[in-house]
Formats: sequence, structure tokens, C-alpha cells
Amino acid sequence: MVENNRWVKFSSHLILLLGIAAVVFPIYIMVIATTHTGPALQRPPFPLLPGDQFFENMKLVLGEGLSTAGAPPVALMMFNSMVMALGITIGKIAISLLSAYAIVYFRFPFRMFFFWLIFITLMLPVEVRILPTYGVASSLNLLNSYVGLTLPLIASATATFLFRQFFLTIPDELLEAARMDGASPMRFFWDVVLPLSRTNIAALFVILFIYGWNQYLWPLLVTTDERYYTIVMGIQRMLNVSDTVPVWNAIMTTAMLGMIPPVIVVLLMQRLFVKGLVETEK
Amino acid sequence: MLKRVHFRRSYLPYLLVLPQIAVTLVFFIWPAAQALYQSLLIEDAFGLSYEFVWFENFIALFRDGNYLHSFRITIVFSAAVTFSAMALGLCFATMADRVIRGSSVYKTLLVWPYAVAPALAGALWAFMFDPTLGIISGFLKTVGYDWDHRLDGTDAMMLIIVAATWKQISYNFLFFLAGLQAIPKSLTEAAAIDGAGPFKRFWTIIFPLLSPTTFFLMVVNVVYAFFETFGIVHAVTAGGPSRATSILVYKVYRDGFVGLDLGGSAAQSVILMAIVISLTVFQFRYIEKKVQY
Repeated sequence: MVENNRWVKFSSHLILLLGIAAVVFPIYIMVIATTHTGPALQRPPFPLLPGDQFFENMKLVLGEGLSTAGAPPVALMMFNSMVMALGITIGKIAISLLSAYAIVYFRFPFRMFFFWLIFITLMLPVEVRILPTYGVASSLNLLNSYVGLTLPLIASATATFLFRQFFLTIPDELLEAARMDGASPMRFFWDVVLPLSRTNIAALFVILFIYGWNQYLWPLLVTTDERYYTIVMGIQRMLNVSDTVPVWNAIMTTAMLGMIPPVIVVLLMQRLFVKGLVETEK
Repeated sequence: MLKRVHFRRSYLPYLLVLPQIAVTLVFFIWPAAQALYQSLLIEDAFGLSYEFVWFENFIALFRDGNYLHSFRITIVFSAAVTFSAMALGLCFATMADRVIRGSSVYKTLLVWPYAVAPALAGALWAFMFDPTLGIISGFLKTVGYDWDHRLDGTDAMMLIIVAATWKQISYNFLFFLAGLQAIPKSLTEAAAIDGAGPFKRFWTIIFPLLSPTTFFLMVVNVVYAFFETFGIVHAVTAGGPSRATSILVYKVYRDGFVGLDLGGSAAQSVILMAIVISLTVFQFRYIEKKVQY
């Protein structure tokens, strides 16, 4: 700080604390709701202290779900979300590493054509081609399957760019030395490029895991069978009940379970998260 | 672009790009091409026959009051979300850049909403604004405002703006903070010596120097508000009440997937595609040049 102004310092802390309060308040209310029964929430005034129904609510949503609202058990939805998030993350990283390696380390006809083709995917998010993509998935028999949930989303321009950018900074001498020792291209990839990319892979993993876990529209399109619902998408079945009152204690417990994995990833790997976020946007 | 030292020509690079290219062609390029083609067709309700109609679908869209309404509310919605999420992000980032003690704690506590899925953020706010038991709607009732986002279109719009903003503040906060920390301290010090107070320094030095970050975030936030908020709208308001929150992405989904109007939905997809492409081009052409790393 330039000058030591007590008022400026005080107001800065105050505004930050207010901001944090605004950001955390919904979470507090959510946690409170997970510890009460549905009827207790219905009775005003709204309870501001935790109740004792936490384990009951957990047992209800994890084990049974809300069958009246057409929502399967949350344990199953969490499993599906995990499969989808990991599938998307690993798939994106694997195919982007390979294609970036090809584009940086080989000269071959149509190299730039492939590069631009990958670039175009940046401009075609699933939201702008909903129906035809659904059509492709359905004609390939991918509806209601884990392959259908992951495969169509694993093309990644940002990951390819990030790896390309990074590979360009690897010193040429490494490749010269490797070639002198008679290493094949895949050997060089496996023994030199991959170990060097570890930090980038980890940073990307954090970002892509969040991306994958939080997918909403695509699971909504490709799953009609409750057994393949993911948690982020499945919660809307509990919210959109037109003729009855939403079962808020169950919804909030589900919401909490649905945000725990990605939030934990961000909190535990904050440095990698920030690195991944900044670098994928460059 | 290419390494000075590289491998000899072989079939290998094709094998390496094959998975990425295959997924791109099958799930990105081909559906996009189909959307383009279908937008020029009118299909009968049973999908048995179709007719090539050139741009009739587009003309019909721009004559359709519902579509124009959807366009208008999307603009209102994304302007509100972009402005409030950026203003709050910048405000918190400026404060966090000022304080020395506890700044990493503040940062940790402010970044995590990024990880919350839009639909879950929507659920949280829908709960707090629930007309019968919500804590905020209850408070509003005591001050004389009868909140009901299930019946009142304005309330519903406010609700999705608040939920979408809440989730996006952390992203803007992080990028603004990085931008602020890149500004040389000597500049603000010089201004302070010349007698400029904190407010004056912010508006005459810091804010102009942040403009590359601001432009970049503006594009990202508009894209977010246009596309990624689908989950909030679908889970919380389902476009209602009476289309008051039916933003463009939701309308494409609704018309195509539920209403089965292929040509109309494809034409809307093409318009959205044009919006994304122009935003991306704008970002790469115009903004990249101004940003200095």
C-alpha cells in the first residue's frame, strides 16, 4: 500500500468481509436446511440454527432418492457424475496431448488444416448445436450410456493449445539428444515430454474435472434412463415439481453433495486451479 | 509453430491426431453442418418430408414476437449479469489487492463458488427466494414486497440474475486480481506523491491500465451469460412464468427438443453460432493485441 491510511485499510477489510458473507450466506442456509425435516422448514420463521436431522436426510437422499419426483438415489447419481467427470477429464487430456505432440513435433501434410479444425471446436459449444448432436449420438446408439455421456465432449481446443504452447517451450536440445540416443518418437513422448508436462496436466485436470462434473445440458439430452442421471442434472427433477411443494430438505442435501467434489478440488488444489484457469484462457 | 528439430515424416502424426479429429468431425463439425442445412428446410411434423425454403426460417424468426422477446430478455439478462459480476469482482479484487494481512484467506473464501454448477447455484437461490418459506422472500415480505418468482416475470428474472452473478463473481475476482498485481507499484506511488487519493488513483491510473483484462472478461462473461446459464434457467424457472426468463439457449432447447420444430430450432442454433463465432473472433482479433503479458 502506498500510504498507511487507517480508514482505507479498514474499509477494504470491511468490504471483503461483506463480500465473503454474501458469497457464503447461501451455503450456510443450505447447510441449515440439510439438518431439518421438510415440515420444520415449512413452518416460519426459518430456523437459523442447525437441527438434528442431518443423517436422516443423508440416508434418505443417498439411499432412496426422491422417487415421487422421479429422481434416483443420490449415491448412484454421484457415481455417474464421477464417471462422467473423470471420463471427460482423462479423455480430453489424453487426446489433446497426442494431437498437440503431433502438431508440434512432426511436419506432415494437412498439419495446419488439422490445427484449424481443432480450433473451430472452440466456437461450437454444445448449446448451439443441440438437436443435431443429439441426432448423431442417437444414431450411434450412445443414448443412456457412459460412452454417450463422455465421448462427445472430449474434443478440446483449449487443452490442445495449452499443450502446444508448452511443448514449444521445451528446449530443442532434448530432442536432439534423444535422437542421438536412438529414441523413437513415442519413446521421446513417453520418457521426456510427458514427465515434463506433469504440472500442466495437473492444472488442466483441476479445471476439466470441474467442467466435467458440472455438465448439465448434455446429460439432460442423452439420458432418459434414471440409472444414468448425473447429480447436477438430476436435481432439476426434484425442483420442477409443478403440483406439489418442493421437498427442500432433500433438495438442499442433494445440492450440497453435488457441490462437494468440485469445491474440494478447488480448495485443496487452489494453486493448480488458478494456474489452469489463467492458462486455458490465454 | 513447429519445432526447428522435428521427427521424420511417417504415418505416426496422423495416428496421433486421429482421436481428436474423429471426435471433432463426428460430434462438432457434422452436427454444426447439419444445423446449417436444416435451418434452410421446413420439415412436416412427422419428419416424413421436407422442403427447401432458403431463409424462410430466419425471416419467420425475426417476425416472431416470441423470438424477439427472447432476444431482448437475453440482452437484458446478460448485460445485468456481466455488469454486476464484473463490478463486484473488480471491487473485491481492488480491496484484496490493498490489504496485506489475510489476503490469501480472502482469496480462498472468494474463489470456490466457481466450482459450483450453475444449476446448483440456481437451486440455492431458489430456496432462499422460495415464496412460502424462503428467508430472503420472507424478509422482503416484512418490508412490504410480495415476492413470487413463480408468478411474477420480473421476480423470476431477478432471481436468475442473482444466481448467475453469484457464481461468476469469483472468476472475475481472480482475473482482476491477477491484472491488478501486474500493475507496477511505482505508478501508483508516483500518483500518491503527486497527491492523488485512493479513489482518484483508481479511476485515473488503475482502471485504465486494467482495460485489457476488462475487455477480456467482458467477452467471457457475455458468453457465460448467453450459454452456461442454461442450467439455472432450466432447473429453476423453466423459462417461465409465461416466457419471462426464456433466454435464447433455453428457447432453442425448448423449441427443438420439446416442441420438435426442427427448422426453427436449427435456424436459432445458427444465429447462436454466429454470435459465438463473432465473440470468439472479436476476442482473438481485437483483445489479444492489447493484452501485454
